[in-house]
Amino acid sequence: MVPLGHYLFLSAVLFAVGTVGVFLRRNVITVLLSIEVMLNAVNLAFIAFGRFQGSVHGQVIMFFVVTVAAAEAAVGLALAIALFRHRESLNPDAFTSLKW
Amino acid sequence: MLLFLLAAAVAVAASLAVVLGRNPMHSVLLLIVSFAALAALYIGLDAPFAAVVQIIIYAGAIMVLFLFVVMLLNAHREDEGTGGAALGGRPLAAGAALAIVLAAELAWAVLRTRRAGGSWMGAGPESDGTALQSVRTLGGVLYSEYSLAFEVTSLLIIVAMVGAVVLARRES
Repeated sequence: MVPLGHYLFLSAVLFAVGTVGVFLRRNVITVLLSIEVMLNAVNLAFIAFGRFQGSVHGQVIMFFVVTVAAAEAAVGLALAIALFRHRESLNPDAFTSLKW
Repeated sequence: MLLFLLAAAVAVAASLAVVLGRNPMHSVLLLIVSFAALAALYIGLDAPFAAVVQIIIYAGAIMVLFLFVVMLLNAHREDEGTGGAALGGRPLAAGAALAIVLAAELAWAVLRTRRAGGSWMGAGPESDGTALQSVRTLGGVLYSEYSLAFEVTSLLIIVAMVGAVVLARRES
């Protein structure tokens, strides 16, 4: 059986990769995708902890994270569409004013 | 162990490609690969139902939503002008440095816990995982102990749905 530390390392690496995406990408959709990568890293940590504690709670929390991710994706993509309609761009640097 | 290494390598490689790729369409498709690798890991962790949810809900529903928006906005021509990994210079360096610091910090936290007597980190689980595989147990916990959170989640979904419709609506 793979030890817990391995899963946590993998989770940390995936989370850092997602963070790189959020910082570096200049496209709203790719930023949202990077957030999904980060959420998945956290899911992996939850499930690994649950398995090694012998409890089912890790999996339950993973379901809630998936639900929240779905809501986040829906609202985020709606925002992306609305922003694109106004500015004809997906670059976050194009959206610097609060009202236009 | 072999399954773990294979799935971990695929997940990290696919996630890196998602983050570094120029074409959002490729990013979305590669993210599905990454999700499949994570689903394999969940099976290794005695969570088959979580693996199925990962594939059906995440790769199936949420990623189709992303793909739909990428196609709708015709976003392959992203990253022009000021954009992309062509960003260069100071912002790129700052972002990369922050991410490396974060990765180092997380790895340090894991290592430190292991050294500080957390021998459970290096060992396998004590219990047999077959009890965790049961969807019946999972449902029991979800609908009893977590029933309030479950109901609140449905409220969240409704709010998100209404919000998405309002935001994406064309103003007339």
